Parts: sequence; structure tokens; C-alpha cells
Amino acid sequence: MTTTALPPLTKKDFQTDQEVRWCPGCGDYAILAAVQAVFPELGIRRENFVVVSGIGCSSRFPYYMNTFGFHSIHGRAPAVASGIKIAHPELEVWVATGDGDALAIGGNHTIHMLRRNVGVKVLLFNNRIYGLTKGQYSPTSEFNKMTKSTPFGSPDRPFNPISLAIGAEATFVARSVDIFQGHLKDTLKAAAAHRGSSFVEILQNCNIFNDGAWVGLTEKDARSEHVIQLEHGKPLVFGKNRDKGIRRKTDGDIEVVQLGNGISESDLVVHDAHHPRPSYAFLLSHMEHRPGFPTPIGVLRAWDDLPRYEDVMNEQVKEIIAKKGPGDLAKLLKAGDTWEVK
Amino acid sequence: MLLCSPLGSRCTTGVTPEMSTLAEVPSTKTKREVIDQAVIRFAGDSGDGMQVTGSQFTNTVALYGNDIATFPDYPAEIRAPAGTVPGVSGFQLNFSSDEVHTPGDSVDVLIAMNPAALKVNLGDLKANGILIVNSDAFKEGDLRKAHLTTNPLEDHSLDKFRLFPVELQRLTRAALQHLGLDAKAMDRCKNFFALGMCYWLYNRSMDPTFRWIDDKFKKKPLVVEANKLALKAGYSYCEATEAFQVSYEIPPAQLSPGVYRSLSGNQALALGFVTAAQKAGLKLFLGSYPITPASDILHELSSYKDFGVLTFQAEDEIAAITSAIGASYAGALSITTTSGPGMALKTEAMGLAIMTELPLVIVDVQRGGPSTGLPTKTEQADLLQALFGRNSEAPIPVLAAATPADCFWIAVEASRIALKYMVPVIILSDGYLANGAEPWRIPSIDEIPGIPVQFATKPDGFEPYKRNPETLARPWAVPGTPGLEHRIGGLEKQDVTGNVNYEPLNHEKMVRIRAAKVEAIAQDVPNVLPAGDPEGDLLIVSWGSTSGSITQSVKAQRARDRKIGHLHLRYLNPLPGNVGEILKRYKKILVPELNMGQLLWVLRAKYLVNAVGLNKIQGRPFKQAELDQKIDEMLGN
Repeated sequence: MTTTALPPLTKKDFQTDQEVRWCPGCGDYAILAAVQAVFPELGIRRENFVVVSGIGCSSRFPYYMNTFGFHSIHGRAPAVASGIKIAHPELEVWVATGDGDALAIGGNHTIHMLRRNVGVKVLLFNNRIYGLTKGQYSPTSEFNKMTKSTPFGSPDRPFNPISLAIGAEATFVARSVDIFQGHLKDTLKAAAAHRGSSFVEILQNCNIFNDGAWVGLTEKDARSEHVIQLEHGKPLVFGKNRDKGIRRKTDGDIEVVQLGNGISESDLVVHDAHHPRPSYAFLLSHMEHRPGFPTPIGVLRAWDDLPRYEDVMNEQVKEIIAKKGPGDLAKLLKAGDTWEVK
Repeated sequence: MLLCSPLGSRCTTGVTPEMSTLAEVPSTKTKREVIDQAVIRFAGDSGDGMQVTGSQFTNTVALYGNDIATFPDYPAEIRAPAGTVPGVSGFQLNFSSDEVHTPGDSVDVLIAMNPAALKVNLGDLKANGILIVNSDAFKEGDLRKAHLTTNPLEDHSLDKFRLFPVELQRLTRAALQHLGLDAKAMDRCKNFFALGMCYWLYNRSMDPTFRWIDDKFKKKPLVVEANKLALKAGYSYCEATEAFQVSYEIPPAQLSPGVYRSLSGNQALALGFVTAAQKAGLKLFLGSYPITPASDILHELSSYKDFGVLTFQAEDEIAAITSAIGASYAGALSITTTSGPGMALKTEAMGLAIMTELPLVIVDVQRGGPSTGLPTKTEQADLLQALFGRNSEAPIPVLAAATPADCFWIAVEASRIALKYMVPVIILSDGYLANGAEPWRIPSIDEIPGIPVQFATKPDGFEPYKRNPETLARPWAVPGTPGLEHRIGGLEKQDVTGNVNYEPLNHEKMVRIRAAKVEAIAQDVPNVLPAGDPEGDLLIVSWGSTSGSITQSVKAQRARDRKIGHLHLRYLNPLPGNVGEILKRYKKILVPELNMGQLLWVLRAKYLVNAVGLNKIQGRPFKQAELDQKIDEMLGN
């Protein structure tokens, strides 16, 4: 796509006249700001953007983006978006969804869209709670969490959205955090650059029903100790003093090691986001569930060699037309055995 | 009793290449009778190929020029235990030199491939009817599987029929033994032996079936050879044995001039949608999830890639419709196809299509219910679901096809309405229409009305919910159009701007506009004319696939000088404007339906008329006799 002929777009071009109706202090504001900042930089005409959502706080997103937008029904955004993208592959289709929308009621559509590799970008706002229905636990809430619907603690074990997406063999899987604006924008840009399905989990706070949802990762002191930023081609290092790392064990598993005492960065795993198989990314996605391991953010997987669903589908049409010629309606209606009555 | 014991070898040796022309050689040894109509039913195990056999016979007689109506009746199980009653699959065909409206109440010829098929179908065979049975399948074990204690071929229970026991298995094997196939492969051809016999019985050419075999098995020459040989063997068996005293000739029917093909309801819907998309100049997008008896529409459309048709086999019924809504938003003619259980799942999304005012066609090929119900059997019990089965005030136009070929025109018309008025439209078909076939006069492309479509392109004065004053349609503003960026969704819309709006008066206004838009379609719906008497003692009102049996019945009743009219409705919402007036012209009103009285309920509620119902909920179409009985009851004998 040539970008030279495009009128320069700014963040303002993507803002609507609609009053934003999220609670003051909601993490969604930060995500909206980041998306509005990134879209003008993508070299795509504004009219080619379509933002699709389901139901939930995050799904109000399209109303605040001055693009084409479709606020659909609960859980179905990936299916609506797939229909748009298949019918009109030139469009740049983004989905804004939440942990309930994408992983509970819409879990089926999420995994199927990802395994098909439809060229749609999914932003999953994960605040680990149902906000719009006022405070029930979600599929990402911690085990034993006390909420309105679980006064004695939730009996559910949570989904790890990143593991789920990689399990569905999504070709682009990343994670960022609402308040890490720089990191978030970079992650969105990387997602935009991917042709196949992109899945970005954005850890987000709900200061009304689940305040401090990610405080263990976002507190200034905790950040560097508990979060590891993945960068393709760089060793897996973390810690306030960048003194810890992830090393491969001989059995193929990974371990956290203290740098120094004969262990250097060259002993560590070098992040390979472009690996064609998903098993390494899955291993990383699961680190946070293990004692002493950090939570990964950044791009876990970006393997773009798989053809997009809509391309395969439209290619098939082209091939058949090249072979048989464009369909002739009169011939079609008369196909097969016919007889004439005079 | 066995007519054929020494004949296996004669069949085999008798098969020569030139025998393919036997069909044109009249038999010299038997009498040929010209008749005007016959009903034949092929019945066997679901693995016996009865549907293929029936379809081949249908195709052949249709090509010859007979009018036809078919009724395939098969079990939900792909392969129920062989030889058992639940595994029986049947295919019935009524073919005639006159007009045909139903597959027929009872059959003249029954082909039963095993005891279970005989047991299930014998009740429908006319006294003195021809009964061809595969006598090889009547051993003790076979009888046990059908829960028979005595052998019907020996216990005289079949004395009132013209029984022809034929060793189909042995004779087929004998005809094919030189090919080197295993026994199982040879046995798979015995249905074509039976088909060959039927071609002889009705003096029909084997050529159309030869052509079909050539095409179907083009990559398996041995299978082609085997099937052709079996077919010819069956034909020459009749020729050589003089098994039948008489063969029959049913001359072509006097259909209106034109080029015809045989068409099933599901095929017709698929062709109708491709035609509508071409006429509208749009891409066709189908979002669908496999479900009986609607899947054939998906199969059919998935083969029309040369027309740019996009078929998306979704992960579930909900994704099927929501992807179609997405494609519609993106500017395609979008459809979704399903049956009752799938309709239930699509309900919420239909509301979304109503709210976002996007064109969409939803096809419900009805089957017996509720829940999983009778997947392969027909019923008309989704009418109220189609009319009302959504939360809140959610009107949708509803159209219903009357015959298999009418499905073509209904698909075109539903697409036209959806695109003109920017609404979702429901088409009701049913299992009987879906699988049944009839001759269809192929229209010329010019005969099919054009479907004008206009996308919004100008940003000046563009408002997403500013309406065309005539149709109340909102503009179709497709993503990718500069300056038309806007947001739509399931939340209530402000009139004109389409912005989210919760104001009480705006909501009421929008609910009324959505209703008025659907009502306004009535102006675009032709008035209906009752068939038969324009006024009189009885009006029969019907919709959907019961059209054929009612037409037949009304014809017979009017021949008895009864003043009966028949009003068949293809538009169920909105109803044609003159229905109320027609209802007043008759003393009594009868509404026969394959449900508990759903149209009846609508007519009584809407027109305050004292109509009565005739209701059958057996997964089967009406028989003419059932209708006649009710009419007699209402009008006196």
C-alpha cells in the first residue's frame, strides 16, 4: 500500500463527538488514547478501518473511534469481524473485546477466528471482572476470588488468555498493560504489521469493581521484578538490576537463574518470536503460573508465514474463475439434464 | 414361486454392449398398456442406495417429459443397524402425463429390498399393486431383524398384491462375477438391478442413468462397468423372463412450453440466491453451520466459486448468522441457512440485524421438533417462531415457498425485499420441499426481475439512519467509503443520526418505524387470488409445502360440484393486503397445517374469523384422503 498519497492523519481524526462514558480512572481511557495515537501512523486511510466489538465496558470502544464501527452482540465480535474481512479483505478490521466477551460467551468464536488466521486484530481488555453487569467474576478472575456472584470465593480456575490463543495456534500473540503507554503503542504497531490474526491481551484495571487487578505487575517497585519484557532476538532478562534470566534446562524446560557467578546473558534463552511452532511461546505464556517466574509482556509469537483465511478463500474463487471462466447465470440455470416442452 | 432360479446365467450371457439401446426396443412378448399416472416407491436399508435409485428414476421420467413429485423419506441415522426397521430409507415418486401436485397417497409399485422395508411400507401399497422384493434378503436372520415371526413371502400375507420375488443379490453377483469385484462391491450394485427392472416396467431409456454413472464414477472405471452391467441385467431379466405380464407407458405431460429441469427445494434456493446476487451485482456470502435438512444449500453454494460465492462454514449457528451480518455490513448479499434448532440459536443475532437495519436472508428448512426432534422429517411448526421468536418488538418479513421449484423464486424475492428495505427476511422451507423435486421451467435471465441496489457514497448530508421516505430504508454505507465513517450496533438508535440514544420517546418512535417499515412491504406484495371458486362454501387457506396436496384435493372436491376456494400464502409477514377481504367471501374457512394450528392462530387473531384447523404432526405431508375427509366433515357428504 502506498502511503504518499494519503492525507496526513492525526490522533484527532480518530476521535468522535460522542461523550466517552467509561468510569473516571478506567484503564480503557489509556487503551483508547494509545489506539487513537497508533492508527494515524499506520498509513491506512481512515475509511478503511472498521472497529468491531461485542458487549461489555470495553465494547463501547467503537463509539469513540471515528472510523467505521460495529458494536455487535455479546461474544460475537470475532464472527462479525470475520464476515466483514472475508467479504471485504482490503479493510483493516480490529476487534475490541473483554475477558467475559472473548473468553466466556464468545470463547468459541475467539478460538475459531484465531485458528483460521482471519486477518483481524483482537484487543482483549482483561480486567478480570465483569464491569458492565457490576462485579461478577470473569473467566480470568483468580481462583477463590470474592465477587458479587461468589461471596465465598470463586470455584473456577482461570483461563490464561495468552496460553489459550497460542493453544489455538494464533499466529500473533502479545500482551501489554494499559498504563505502559509506550509499550502498549509498540505492541499495537506490531499487531498492525502482522497480516494474519493478531491477538493482544491488554492488562487493564477496573478501579470500580476490581481495583488493583494487576497491581502485582504495575506497581513501580514490582514491575521489573515480576514482569519480563520480551524482545525478539534478545536474551530473556528481568529484575530491577537486570540480574535475572530464563535459561533452558537439559530436559527442555526453563528455569530462572541469577546472573553472575559464571552465568551470563549468553547462557539465557534468546527470544524467538518468529518460531513457526507454538510450543516455545506456550512455555513462555505459562511462566507466570510458576513460583519465582515473571509474567511475560511483549510479543510472544509473531509468525506470519501462514496464509490468511480470506486470502485462501478469495484465491480459490480466482483460481476457479481462471479455470472455468466467470460464471454464466443462464448456463447455470440450465445445468444438468434438461428437456424441452414445445 | 421363484421365477428366476435358472436365469442368472442367462442374464449374464445376455449382457452385451448393444443392450444399452434396449430401452427403445419394445418388448414383443408382453403387453404394453398406456396409463396416465403411477406412484412408485423404492424402499430398503439406508445403505442400499434407495435415494440414488429414486433420484435416477425421477430424472429419467422427468427427462421423458412426465410431471413429477417426489418424496424422499430417510432415517436420521446414517447407518442404523442393517436390516432393521429404523434403518429403512424410502423414495417415492409420482409421475404422470397429467399435472402432479403430490407424491401420491398410496403406491402402485413397491420395491422392497429387505423384510424391514417391506414391513414399513406395505401399508401404502394399493391392493393388486406390484410388489418387487429382494428374496435373497428373507432368510431367518433377516426376518428376525425386522421382528417378523413368519416369512411374508411364504405365509400368504401378500396374496392381495402382485408379488415378484427376485433374487437380487444372486442375480447381480452372477451378472458381475467376471469383473473380479468382491462380494460386497457386487452387492452394492443390486439397487441398479432393481432400477433396471423398473425401467423395463415403464419402458424407459437407461441412457440418462448411464450418463450419470459415467460422470459419477469417472475415476473408477470398474465401478462404472459394474453399475451399468447391473442396470442392464435388471432390464434384460424382465425382458428374458417375462416376469411381468404387462409393461406400462406413461406419455409426457402437457406442461407449458419451455426448457425444464428437475429441481429440489434446496437446489432451487441455492440457484435463487446466486441469481439474486447476480441481478443485484453483489457478492454472495453464505454463513452456515451444517444441519439437516438444510445442509444441501451449503453444499450447493460452495460449488459456485465461479460466481464468486463465498461460503463460510462457521463454528456454530451464531457465528453463521453474525458473520453474515458482518458481510452484509461490508456490502455483500448475505444469507444464512439452517433448520429449527439453528433458528433458535440465531434469534439474538436476528435482533441485531433488525436494529442495525442490514439486509440479510435467513433460511429455515423446517423439520419436526421441538429440540432435536425429527431431523429428517418434515413439519411446519416454526411459523410462529419466525414471526415472533425474538426478544422485544422485532418484526421480520417472512416468506414461505409453496413447492420445491418455488424455492427459487422465493429466494430471489426475499433477497429483493431485504436489499430494498434494508431488513432481515426469513424464508420458511421444510424437509419435504428441501428434498422433494419437481420439473422447473427454466426462466430466461430477462424474465427474472432486476434488483437495483444503491450504496451511499456522498458524505454531504449523510446520516446513517436517514430514511428513504418511500421504503423507510436507511442508507447502506459500506466501510471503505470516504467520509461515511459511522458507528452502528445493537443499542437503540437515535432517529436519523443513529447515535446511541436511551430517550423514552425516541425508543417508541424507533420501534414504530421498524414495524412500519415491515408493514410497508405489503404495498410491494401482490394481492393474492384464491384458486378454484372465488367465493362459496369453503375457503382453504394454506402456506408452505401443503400447497400440493391441497391443490389436488380442491380439484377433486370441485369436480363434485362443491364451491371451494384455495388461498395459498407465500407472504406471511406482511400478509397480502386483500387477505381479510377474501376470507369474508366464504361460509367456512379451513386451515390445514403440519403443526398445531399456527397460521390458524394468526388468521383468527388478525381477522377475527372463525376458521378451523386440520392439524397433522407426524413428520409427514398430508394425504389427499385426510383432506377430503375433513372437507366432507365440514360440508357434509
